[in-house]
Amino acid sequence: MTGPALLADLSLIIPELILAVGAMGLLLAGVFIKGEETAARLVSLAAMALLILAAGVAVFLAPQGGGTAFFGAFVLDSFSLYAKAVVYLAAAIALVLAGHYLRTERLARFEFPVLILLATLGMSVMVSAGDLIALYLGLELQSLALYILAAFNRDSLRASEAGLKYFVLGALSSGLLLYGASLVYGFAGSTEFGAIALAAENPSVGLVFGLVFVVSGLAFKISAAPFHMWTPDVYEGAPTPVAAFFATAPKLAAMVLLIRVLMEPFGAMADQWQQITIILAILSMGIGALGALLQTNIKRLMAYSSIGNMGYALVGLSAASEAAVWAVLLYMTLYVIGVAGAFGVILSMRRAEGMVERIEDLAGLSKSRPGLALAFTGLLLSIGGMPFLVGFFGKLFVFYAAVQAGLVWLAVIGGLFSAISIAYYLMILKRVWFDEPTGGEFINPPASVAIITRVTGIATVGLLLLVPFMLTRVIEAGSAIGG
Amino acid sequence: MFEIGLGHYLTLAAILFTIGVFGIFVNRKNVIILLMSIELILLAVNVNMVAFSSHLGDMTGQVFAMLILTVAAAEAAVGLAILVVFFRNRGDIAVEGVNLMKG
Repeated sequence: MTGPALLADLSLIIPELILAVGAMGLLLAGVFIKGEETAARLVSLAAMALLILAAGVAVFLAPQGGGTAFFGAFVLDSFSLYAKAVVYLAAAIALVLAGHYLRTERLARFEFPVLILLATLGMSVMVSAGDLIALYLGLELQSLALYILAAFNRDSLRASEAGLKYFVLGALSSGLLLYGASLVYGFAGSTEFGAIALAAENPSVGLVFGLVFVVSGLAFKISAAPFHMWTPDVYEGAPTPVAAFFATAPKLAAMVLLIRVLMEPFGAMADQWQQITIILAILSMGIGALGALLQTNIKRLMAYSSIGNMGYALVGLSAASEAAVWAVLLYMTLYVIGVAGAFGVILSMRRAEGMVERIEDLAGLSKSRPGLALAFTGLLLSIGGMPFLVGFFGKLFVFYAAVQAGLVWLAVIGGLFSAISIAYYLMILKRVWFDEPTGGEFINPPASVAIITRVTGIATVGLLLLVPFMLTRVIEAGSAIGG
Repeated sequence: MFEIGLGHYLTLAAILFTIGVFGIFVNRKNVIILLMSIELILLAVNVNMVAFSSHLGDMTGQVFAMLILTVAAAEAAVGLAILVVFFRNRGDIAVEGVNLMKG
């Protein structure tokens, strides 16, 4: 590869370069800054600045019309740019949420923001993958950083157990994905998505097997049932801001990757993979709705809620049309906003003696903290898809995509599970609004967390005005693939 | 003369892969065995990759195999680090012990 060609390729990966060089630089800087807490604070601020800078580059400075780099391994189109911007901002929000918690729990170490940056870099490569090798490397970069983050509280048995479980099951899922990738490579004769798409027009049995393994591996990463068993344990065991990060950016990145893999290389095999995504969708919605009803820990409940929500996203994806792509993209964006806010509320559940995370600890929140209670109500009902909060439109459009593709029955099942899932959100809200307070009041949340909960809480209503704008954005992003 | 072809390599890889997956789900003893099973799965994939690469006369598979080896090393390092942390907190590495939280 000669100079000008290399420069042309590098100009497409500026956001990734910012993150990669930044993460390495901050790793060095963290070692040289005196004082553990100062280092953590400075590196964290710098990491936020890098993420926002990268998001700015992805939104405003991206080359017109996109392009491909490194012989097609890296694809830059409106779809990947949209996903990148959301992922970077979600990671920045996770860093904002984490700061105060890590300091009070004596976990403030500068490695935390560096690991978040590396995980984000991995996601960024994932959403731009145009080749099985790039897909695998991006996914592993993300996963390896996330394994460490899950066990970040290394003095806690719960956190290390969560890390171990996540590592073993995550490595197994990578193995499944890789085995699928090897079969796809063998039977399609190439790892490039374009060449695989040609082979998929007359699929051989081996290619179908490869597809099944690849989709299973990716289903692990988005925690779709029956590959969901790690989610509740990891969310419960990992430090709360880490769980907040897990529930937002990696979910969106893995879903975007799944969309690209299914719609681009395997677009011609929609008949085959629709059967898989429909089964995954029904199981995820069912386990998400029914499992959550039995939970007493709010973080476990959010885990089941995320399993269920992946099910609704998969309902949309099962439509295998252009509408499916943008509907899932919109759904995931609204979901990320809602979950970031909900975890902000969970991070505000701190009494004088420490963090609490049982649902009954929320009793009487409306009397002690009406603002927080109101924000939580909006956020939970928005995640649940209650009309007329903004989350409703997310659900509306994924069901619309399914109905448009003739999957009316799937949309009906989705609607039923959606009604069941509203029940457990309402159970929490009953405690918040009607139960008498038990135990002490929550102490004042730090300003950073309070701002995130307020802003996302207002966004559940305020974004209603912006729905047409968001629609044009996601439709433009979705038009890059699909159809 | 008996000749070893693509089918034999694929069968070998499939057997290795199955042993690896079973090692993760059936193993009730020791977390180290889980790590070994994961390595076995990655090894199976590499056998597949190299066999396909040679069969197709295409270098991509071998490049992919080299990258998988590299990532597997990083993965083992992270896995062992997490295992050490777990051991320090718990005092043993029995698989039955990984049950503080029930899914």
